[in-house]
Amino acid sequence: MALIEVKDLRKTYVNDGVETPALRGVSFSIGKGEFVSIMGPSGSGKSTLLHILGFLDRQTSGVYKFNQKTIDGYSSDELAKLRNEKMGFVFQMFNLLPRTTVLDNVLLPLVYSGLEENQWEQKAAKAVEQVGLAHRMNHESSQLSGGEKQRVAIARALVNDAEVIFADEPTGNLDSKSGEVIMDTLQNLNKMGHTIVLITHETYTAEHSQRIIRLKDGLMESDTPVKNRRIANGHFTK
Amino acid sequence: MQLKHGFKIALNGLQANKSRTALTILGIVIGITAIILVMSLGEGARELILSEVRGMGAETIVIRPGREPKGPTDIAETVFSDSLTSRDVDALRLKSNVPGLVDVAPGVIVTGSVSYLGETYKPFILGWSAEFMVDFLDLYPEDGEIFYESDIRQKSSVAIIGSKVKEELFGDSDAVGQNITIKDRKFRIVGAYPPRGQLAFFNVDDLVLIPYTTAQSYLLGIDHYHEIITRAASPDLVDQTVRDIELTLRESHNITDPEKDDFFIVTQQGLVDQIKIITQTFTAFLALVVAISLVVGGIGIMNIMLVSVTERTREIGLRKAIGATNRDILTQFLLESVLLTSAGGVIGIAIGLGLSLGISVVLSQFLGINWEFSIPIAGIVLGLGVSGLVGLIFGLYPARHAARKDPIEALRYE
Repeated sequence: MALIEVKDLRKTYVNDGVETPALRGVSFSIGKGEFVSIMGPSGSGKSTLLHILGFLDRQTSGVYKFNQKTIDGYSSDELAKLRNEKMGFVFQMFNLLPRTTVLDNVLLPLVYSGLEENQWEQKAAKAVEQVGLAHRMNHESSQLSGGEKQRVAIARALVNDAEVIFADEPTGNLDSKSGEVIMDTLQNLNKMGHTIVLITHETYTAEHSQRIIRLKDGLMESDTPVKNRRIANGHFTK
Repeated sequence: MQLKHGFKIALNGLQANKSRTALTILGIVIGITAIILVMSLGEGARELILSEVRGMGAETIVIRPGREPKGPTDIAETVFSDSLTSRDVDALRLKSNVPGLVDVAPGVIVTGSVSYLGETYKPFILGWSAEFMVDFLDLYPEDGEIFYESDIRQKSSVAIIGSKVKEELFGDSDAVGQNITIKDRKFRIVGAYPPRGQLAFFNVDDLVLIPYTTAQSYLLGIDHYHEIITRAASPDLVDQTVRDIELTLRESHNITDPEKDDFFIVTQQGLVDQIKIITQTFTAFLALVVAISLVVGGIGIMNIMLVSVTERTREIGLRKAIGATNRDILTQFLLESVLLTSAGGVIGIAIGLGLSLGISVVLSQFLGINWEFSIPIAGIVLGLGVSGLVGLIFGLYPARHAARKDPIEALRYE
C-alpha cells in the first residue's frame, strides 16, 4: 500500500514576478517500509520535493497523498501536528540544540506532542539506544563527533514513531567512515520496518537504498530498483 | 506545548548566554531599583512629614490671615495681611458663635535676635500664651514657671526660653531671673523649657516665648495677629467648628462671598490631605522618569531578543520542522523576554530595598532623623508587574518575528 503518492506534482517559485519552475510534473509512489533514494544534481528539484513530501511546503499543482489523504485544506498548525506525529527529519547540518544533552535533544519532538511528560524520557532513551548511543545519553551535543551527532538526529527522528524518516544529505558533512555508520543505522532501521526517504547527490550513498528516483531539471529522469544494493559495514554495534 | 516546558526551554535559552543576559537586563534592573527606591523613600518621607503634622493634634484648628496660599504672591499676602485682630478673638470666644471651641490662642512671630551680656543669638521668637503651650503641647518649663493671662493683659516684658537658647546665651549658669534684650527692650526670663526638639511646626529648643500683647505693642507695633490657634472640644467636632469659625469671621469682617475670605483655616486633616496630594504629584512625576528609563531598557531587550532570534534561526527552523507551531515559537520567545525582564525586576527590587534600608539606617542612626524604613508593597507589586509587562511588550515584536519564520528558509540559514 502506498504511503506516499504524488501525481504530476509541480512547484513554481515566484520571485519579483519572475516564475522559476522547480518541479515540473513528478509522479511516483513510495510504499510502507521502503527505503528510497531521491537523487539529482543541485537544482534538480530534490530539496523542493523533500519539503513538499515533508509538509514543510505546498505544491503549486498536482496531487500529493500521504496515507491516501491530501493535505490541501490543512492549516499550518495542523501541518505542524502532522509533521510531529508522522514524520522524522534528518538534516545534513544535524541541527542539534547546543548546550543540550543527547537525551534532551532526542525528546524535543515529544515536547510538541500530546504525549504525557512522564513517558518522554523512556521513549527518548529507547530511541537513543536504537542508534547505539546509550553510553552518550547525558553528554552534551557539542561533545560528540559528527557521526554521533547525526545518529542523535536520527534518534530524534525516530522518537515519535514516525511513519517516514526524511534524510536530507545525512552523510554530506561526514567523513566516509562516519557516513558508513549512518547508512548502516538507516539500513538497520529500515530492516525494523521504518520507511526511509533519502535525498542525496552521491550514487554511492544512494545505492544503500532499495530504489532510486532520479530527478533532473524538475522532471523525473528514472525510477529504478537498486540491483546490487550496498550493505554498509562498520555497524555501530560492532 | 505545555507552559511548564516552555519555561524550561526559555530558561535554557537564557542560560546559554549568561553575560549577555546580565547586561541586557541592566536597564530593567536600574529602572525597577529606581521605582522601589522612590516609593520606599517617598513613603518614608511622607510618614516623617505626616508624623510632624500629627504632632499638632487632630482637634487643632489654625486660622491664618489672608487668602489661602496657592502661589508665591499669596504667601507674601498672608505675611502682610492684617485681617485677624482682637475683635475676631473676642468673637470666636463667644460660645454662641462657636460652641465647639475650647481654646483660642492668638499669636505673632517676631524676627530678630536676643542678646545677653554681649552674647547674641537668633532664636525663633513667638508671641503667644504660655498657658496655651501647656495645654496644647504639654510644654512646661523645667526651671522657673510660665507667664499668665495677667502678664498678657499687662503686656509684661517676660520670656520663657528653650534649652538651645539658654545654652547659647548662658552656658551652664542659671538663666531664670536674668534679663535678655530683644530689639532694645529688656525681658526678664521667668522659665526655661526642657529639651524637646521639633514639635508640630517649630523647634522648642530654639524658642523664645513672650506674651503676644507685648510683642505686638513693643516689638512689632501692630494690632493684628499672624495666627490664631484654636482647639475643638474633640476631633469629631472639627468639621462643624471650622464651619462655625468661618461664619463668625465672615460676619465680623462683613464678607458675604466665601471666595473673598481674608483668612483661611488649616486643620491636621487638611494638612495631611495636602501633603498626600503633594507627595502623590511628586511620585507621579518620578514614575514618569522611571517609565522613560524602563522604555529605554525595554528597547535594549527588544534589540537583544532580535539578535537572539537571528542567531537561533536554525533552531527555530528545526523546532518548526519537528512540530512546533507558530504559537509554540511565539510563546517560547515571549517567555524568554518576560523571564529576562522579570529577573531584572526581582534583582531591581532587591537592590532597591537594600539601598532604601541603607539610607534609612544612615538617616535614623547617624543623622538622628526619626525615619522609618518601609517596605513598599505597592512598589514591589508594581515593579514585578511592570518588569513583566516590559518583557511582554518589547518581546512581542522579536517573538512574532521568530514565529513567522519560514521553516525551510530558517533551516537553510547560515
